[in-house]
Amino acid sequence: MQNSLVNRGKPKLAVWKFASCDGCQLSLLDCEDELLDVAGAIQIANFPEASRAVIKGPYELSLVEGSITTPHDAERIHKIRRSSKFLITIGACATSGGIQALRNFKDVGEFTRMVYANPDYIDTLNNSTPISDHVAVDYELHGCPINKHQLLELFNAFLNRRKPNISSYSVCMECKMRGNICVMVANGTPCLGPVTHAGCGAICPAYDRGCYSCFGPSEDPNMRALSTQLKVLGVSRKDIIRLYRSYNANSEEFKRESIVHEDQ
Amino acid sequence: MKTNSSSRTIKVNYLARVEGEGALYLKIKDNLVKDAKFKIFEPPRFFEAFLRGRNYYEAPDITARICGICPVAYQMSSCHAMEAALGVKVEGTLRQLRRLIYCGEWIESHVLHVYMLHAPDFLGYQDSIQIAKDHPELVKQGLELKKIGNELVTLMGGREIHPINVKVGGFYKLPTKKQLQKLAERLNWAKGAAFDMIDFTSKLDFPDFEQDYEYVALRHPDEYPFNEGRLVSNKGLDIDISEFDQHFEEQHVEHSTSLHAVLKERGAYKVGPLARYALNFDKLPGEIQETALKAGLEKECYNPFKSIVVRSVETLYAVDEALRIIDSYEKPDSASIPITPTAGVGWGCTEAPRGICYHRYELDDSGLIKDATIVPPTSQNQKTIESDLRAFAQQFIELDDDELQWKCEQVIRNYDPCISCSCHFLKLTVDRE
Ligand code: SF4
Ligand code: SF4
Repeated sequence: MQNSLVNRGKPKLAVWKFASCDGCQLSLLDCEDELLDVAGAIQIANFPEASRAVIKGPYELSLVEGSITTPHDAERIHKIRRSSKFLITIGACATSGGIQALRNFKDVGEFTRMVYANPDYIDTLNNSTPISDHVAVDYELHGCPINKHQLLELFNAFLNRRKPNISSYSVCMECKMRGNICVMVANGTPCLGPVTHAGCGAICPAYDRGCYSCFGPSEDPNMRALSTQLKVLGVSRKDIIRLYRSYNANSEEFKRESIVHEDQ
Repeated sequence: MKTNSSSRTIKVNYLARVEGEGALYLKIKDNLVKDAKFKIFEPPRFFEAFLRGRNYYEAPDITARICGICPVAYQMSSCHAMEAALGVKVEGTLRQLRRLIYCGEWIESHVLHVYMLHAPDFLGYQDSIQIAKDHPELVKQGLELKKIGNELVTLMGGREIHPINVKVGGFYKLPTKKQLQKLAERLNWAKGAAFDMIDFTSKLDFPDFEQDYEYVALRHPDEYPFNEGRLVSNKGLDIDISEFDQHFEEQHVEHSTSLHAVLKERGAYKVGPLARYALNFDKLPGEIQETALKAGLEKECYNPFKSIVVRSVETLYAVDEALRIIDSYEKPDSASIPITPTAGVGWGCTEAPRGICYHRYELDDSGLIKDATIVPPTSQNQKTIESDLRAFAQQFIELDDDELQWKCEQVIRNYDPCISCSCHFLKLTVDRE
């Protein structure tokens, strides 16, 4: 196949998709001001959502979106790993299993029968799992969706062979930097900000709502302290479980804490 | 040329420039198309199943994750369905603001498809980055226009993908008049760019190909549809959205992880820009009607390749409508209306950029979801895409395999298929025997 993007010397980028909504890879096309510059510095070698042209690997940089949910995908990710120098997972689906990991807490056979008339046509695994459960991952970008400025920082760091400048503290810190008033203290609104990985810029509190943790757990989150606080605010045990079981339900920290409340 | 060989197979195992994973398969024997399939192999994510037992107010955020390209559509359909189940109605300025955020999504999504996914086919490039090498101004203008759509969604929704500010009953926080006025300056530029977009797309070459479609879209007495209206067609359908189940049915076919929707009475139908435009031309402002006609569109258009022009016309409409809403905006006292959970059933159907997105929910008396049904646009178009493929390949059977393959890919891209949505994936295979 004729290819448009051949330009020797530039590192080759591939974008891969597993079970996902496409939102994280769309973030790259949403970099309207930077897209042409990115394409100038990196060779977009395999990115089916944007181009028919496919340049063979190996690739210097692979971005992986989505979680592993089928036997075929569990094999495909190994091939991708073998053809990639740096493999970076983008988004909650790829880093924790995504919203579709809610199946991990239920019987998948029952789910398939609920949605499809002929469940036999559907080949699916019992669990939705992050890419790191299957292959070694060089870096993870959190969020559902990822923040496009973090993606650009990642490209920059990659091109300049330095560590990406991406913080792992909590959304609370971002609230302070943005000058948000704490919604939990001021309005008694339940908020997962204290245990949530920074990166979004504390959007929800800036819009008068509590964080629902689309970026997943921060480093060493104090889950127990937050659960206690949520109870004080009158959140029911079942709603606490629902809060921890959303876009990052399968992350170690949230999974463990949600199970604690199930057993009570 | 392979016209004399008796058997041909054309396959595309991973279709490019569509959202999600799909494939195309054509089998040709003795110059007759034997089989045409548009396969979706996106792994299923089971949204309808895990929505059960969740709170009614979680549906807009959860269902947004079905699709990163049109999250607002899912948020709007789920909010309307929940509000219908809970017996409340969002009116006045809040209703206008819902139209406003939808304008942003239409602009962003249509411009993405026109410049980055569809135009390369017409101009003979692999992608828009390659177009930019020869026509930088064209691509830059498209990117700027797309950016303005995203800015609108970001102001109203907090961010462009999976907005956080939409809730059952309205919004969490409302914009100030000043914020919107600043955006209006950008939208005034966008209006000029949208006229250029129509001019550019209307001069492309279109294959001579028309089909007798049954078009299905919303129709509202006063406005070009976004969130509300009756479901109508050019072949006599005229129903309340709550009657959807009685007239439409979802079928599960072997080559697909998405469900095909059909009209029980008549079979395949088509949703999206061409359907909306044909059924609602009279609701477009006079200036936009004139521009469409001057660009060579009829009041109804049956050539699927011309959807690129209709998307451009709808982009102009969305910019114009956004300006109108901003102009009359006065910030209301409250960002949402209060809700008391009750048991009930509710329906929502709104016009996603790719066509109607239907939701139905059943709630228990504490507001937990007992049952959810979601019918996205692409699964409704899937049968029509296959019939277009079959008809197109037959009409253009003398093309050699490479060219036929590219054109057939374009037949699929005419629909701007959103495969993540419908599944619930795209590959092309042509078999010539
Ligand atoms: S992490 Fe969220 S935004 Fe990203 S692909 Fe998954 S569902 Fe979509
Ligand atoms: S505040 Fe929380 S839920 Fe909101 S965007 Fe940021 S991480 Fe996601």
